[in-house]
Amino acid sequence: MRDAPSRLIPALAAAALALTACSAPDAGPGTAGETGSEGPTGELTVFAAASLTDVFEDLAREFEAANPGVEVVFNFAGSSELAAQINSGAPADVFAAANTSTMDQVVEGEGLAPEWAGEHGANGAVFATNTLRIAVPADNPAGIEDLGDLAGEDTAVAFCAEEVPCGAATVTALDAAGLDITPVTYEEDVRAVLTKVELGEVDAGLVYETDVIAAGEAVTGIAFPEADEAVNDYPIALLANAPAPDPAEAWIDFVLSGTGAEALAGAGFGTP
Amino acid sequence: MTRSPRRSGPALRARSGRPPWPLVLPALAGVAFLVLPLLGLVVRAPWADMGGRVTEPEVLAALWLSLSTATVATALCLVLGVPLAWLLARTEFPGRRLVRALVTVPLVIPPVVGGVALLLVLGRNGLLGRYLDAWFGITIPFTSAAVVLAQVFVAMPFLVISVEGALRGADRRYEEAAATLGAGRVTVFTRVTLPMVLPGIGAGAILCWARALGEFGATITFAGNFPGTTQTMPLAVYMAMQRDPEAAIVLSLVLLLVSLAVLATLRERWVNTA
Repeated sequence: MRDAPSRLIPALAAAALALTACSAPDAGPGTAGETGSEGPTGELTVFAAASLTDVFEDLAREFEAANPGVEVVFNFAGSSELAAQINSGAPADVFAAANTSTMDQVVEGEGLAPEWAGEHGANGAVFATNTLRIAVPADNPAGIEDLGDLAGEDTAVAFCAEEVPCGAATVTALDAAGLDITPVTYEEDVRAVLTKVELGEVDAGLVYETDVIAAGEAVTGIAFPEADEAVNDYPIALLANAPAPDPAEAWIDFVLSGTGAEALAGAGFGTP
Repeated sequence: MTRSPRRSGPALRARSGRPPWPLVLPALAGVAFLVLPLLGLVVRAPWADMGGRVTEPEVLAALWLSLSTATVATALCLVLGVPLAWLLARTEFPGRRLVRALVTVPLVIPPVVGGVALLLVLGRNGLLGRYLDAWFGITIPFTSAAVVLAQVFVAMPFLVISVEGALRGADRRYEEAAATLGAGRVTVFTRVTLPMVLPGIGAGAILCWARALGEFGATITFAGNFPGTTQTMPLAVYMAMQRDPEAAIVLSLVLLLVSLAVLATLRERWVNTA
């Protein structure tokens, strides 16, 4: 009787996940490795930080072309949300996070595949970095040139909330600059900050370099020296209860390969 | 799951007593489906440090903001929505069906999209917002007023639909009798129609208030998230979820209990006076 509710909770979490996730991760058991020389086959589920959406989708097309039996299914969301889903028993093979602390949560919760972790790192393998930029609307109405300009009295600024990775990086960068800036809003994720800048609702926001590139001409990115103090590492890892470990490992190798690095660099990510 | 219905013996007793199982079974399943997630929250809640967390100033600020904005939003919905419902139910005008369809749009579109739409109209660079900014120096986004507007946008359809339904169900002969006795249309509305559909208005207002209280997507998109001015309870819950799921559970329960208390009190009063 006593564990009935605790068994209930993962079931409810899974139900909630199925309702919220865009691509319902429904990974069947991987039939990988059984055919030996033909390479991995099966469906592989990757939980990845929202900022990886474009580049991972491009990479998946290449990966699927090179491995005809494999299908990559993505669940893109904020890293903290993904970590919570994984720790509630979501059927994921690979987790790619936007910072190390969310990966650490999964390491402590669901756990990584021990053999893989022994080889690649107990807290995952860092495959990319991302650096903060000041994003301003194309016409830069407030004439922002550096981080100090964000402190202006009439300057409306949007930051990420401290709870999400870009917000933590923002706090680090502001501390490094010795600045205390009160924004008009703490947004729930970096894309929300970008939207507010794109629409011209704020004069500036702090986002990642990759977001500035993804936004195209609507937004101008301004580099600032304190950003180097707050570089985000992106770790990737094979999860302990991965339903399809073989294609998952092949996918991680592909992301860590030269092809992966090239695609990531093209999207504005740095190399670790 | 339940007893099987008796097939033999002296059946047919208590014909009016026991409700038929084709109704009871789905009803029970419905209740279970609605209540189980709630139970999940209650079971997982860290009851020991509940008191300490509830009295944190940030939580109290978010709770107060939620209650006050939802109440103001409901008042605005009443002022605008009751006349709108009356127009839809009692008059004929070209495009009425279209207007009724448009009223339900906020029910259909994801609230986040509603928030973007509000930004595009009332934002600093929005269709109307740019003039508000240029002529009066008023910017709406990132203020408590924006929270109220987002809530009105998503909640008003609930009120309009309830009140329109009540108006359509009301007996029009009383209105006609009042009119034959010489009452003007406004008098008929305030003295006859309004008292008749008051329960419908009450139900609509409660739906509307509850929807406004739980509003998340349009609020965070249009009003942003800043403690004290735009961070309502649902936003505080979402932010807590990123950092500390237990805190999120506590905040959800607080919101739930307070709203249940308010609704129960209102219902009590309402039933007693009706």
